[in-house]
Amino acid sequence: MSDVPRFWRESNHRYRLVGTKCNNCGSIFFPPRDVCPKCRRESIGKMQELELSGYGEVYSYTIVHDGLEPFKFQVPYIMAMIKTDEGPLITGQIVDADPSEVKIGSRVRVTLRRIREEGKTGIIQYGYKFVLEK
Amino acid sequence: MRDVYIVGVGTTKFGELWDKSLRDLATEAGLKAITDAGIYSEDVNALYGANTSAGQFIDQEHIASLIADAAGLSELGIPSIRIEAGSASGGAALHEAYLAVASGKYDTVVVGGVEKMTDVPPEEANKIIGGSLDAEWETFFGVTEASLAAMIAKRLEYEGKIRREDYASIPVVSHRHGSMNETSHFRNAIKLEDVLKASYVAQPLTVFDSAPLSDGASAVVISANRTLINASENPVKILSSEISTDYLSLHDRSSIHSINAFKRSSKKALESAKITKEKVDILELHDSYSIVGLLQLMELYGEKEALDLVRNEELYWNKSRPTNTSGGLKAHGNPLGAVGIYQVVEAALQLRGKAGQRQVKGARYALLHNMGGIGATSVTTVLGVE
Ligand SMILES: [Zn+2]
Repeated sequence: MSDVPRFWRESNHRYRLVGTKCNNCGSIFFPPRDVCPKCRRESIGKMQELELSGYGEVYSYTIVHDGLEPFKFQVPYIMAMIKTDEGPLITGQIVDADPSEVKIGSRVRVTLRRIREEGKTGIIQYGYKFVLEK
Repeated sequence: MRDVYIVGVGTTKFGELWDKSLRDLATEAGLKAITDAGIYSEDVNALYGANTSAGQFIDQEHIASLIADAAGLSELGIPSIRIEAGSASGGAALHEAYLAVASGKYDTVVVGGVEKMTDVPPEEANKIIGGSLDAEWETFFGVTEASLAAMIAKRLEYEGKIRREDYASIPVVSHRHGSMNETSHFRNAIKLEDVLKASYVAQPLTVFDSAPLSDGASAVVISANRTLINASENPVKILSSEISTDYLSLHDRSSIHSINAFKRSSKKALESAKITKEKVDILELHDSYSIVGLLQLMELYGEKEALDLVRNEELYWNKSRPTNTSGGLKAHGNPLGAVGIYQVVEAALQLRGKAGQRQVKGARYALLHNMGGIGATSVTTVLGVE
């Protein structure tokens, strides 16, 4: 069972951090939304794509020792929630860093990386991860 | 709306039950519940089954028909419906069944919950549990449910709101209670140091901060039939059942440590039940992770009072705020679809005065919280006896 279309569909958002802005209330969202949860019906036709800068800081993080099946060969890995400069929190991995270097408040920037291989088909999926700004 | 009572309860043992299939478990719990209610299958108008992920755990969907069949109900052809709301499936199924009986559509209904989790390896089970999170924007990137709980704990400690010991003590309480419950997955008491020194799942959380993978099933019979209610020695009334939802992804919420859906469902449930939280004698929380157990206490009692309760060890069965007297998800076990129903079994035993060693003296009101993921669905049920 391959779910390739599912990942193409999101690839623009995952490669370039494209979120949305509600032009009714000004809220910025990532991941993108079709409807603004604050304005609801009022936001119809007013949601506009917006590319985030890719910069932010570590809001919280953890070192994952007990991973999901597709990530079991990557453990231990650093999972974080990044507070982007534009506002939205994004969940992703921090790479190319020793866990001891990561702190809440550390500056990070986005990078495009391989995320995982899909099952036996071996399809490689890409997406965003974060690296420390040194 | 008619008054609805719990007239029968039943549960299997929870744990790694390699010799039992999903259908064995569901049937055992259901038959125990109708026996406890003193009724026969013919008296049951409908079946509501809670199950989270049988399609992934055992390649079996269409659970509603399966459990009716396994329980020997096929000749009767009774209505049977499966409810799925992640790990809040049990609470959600009770909610639907309660509405069906209260509305007058059915008189007597069996509500069951079942999960068979140990037929797959643990990494696979973690992935399936992650199905309650956002597959596109959380789990795709390697997030586990434990890692989200860990990031909440890390942030709250960073902000100086809590200490590691505050949430590490939640499983200690659960294990103490679980040791007194014969259907528990784990029956050993543990110490704070055990929690702190165990191997990491996602730092700072260890295996002792996390509920286990369990097999198990629980069932209750609910009814508005006066004859049945009067025949029951100590009928437990469903005073309210309320559901609320929140953003599916943790990162989209107004705050990662607020369980807004519980704030809303518990407020409404207490209002509908016409009681205050101070009246609650029995509290069952969804302690899938120690930290989220603490967050629920903080949501219900406020941050300061919750921390005082934890630090003063007031959560034990013989203290002022008995919490998770069953052993909770941590010690009694966490078969996803069954936990919301087991909370009802525990509360009914307590309110009837039949909880044995862990009995809370004179318990009259119980508040139960069953949660999907880390609070994207929240079901609060309030039960009481006259
Ligand atoms: Zn808006």
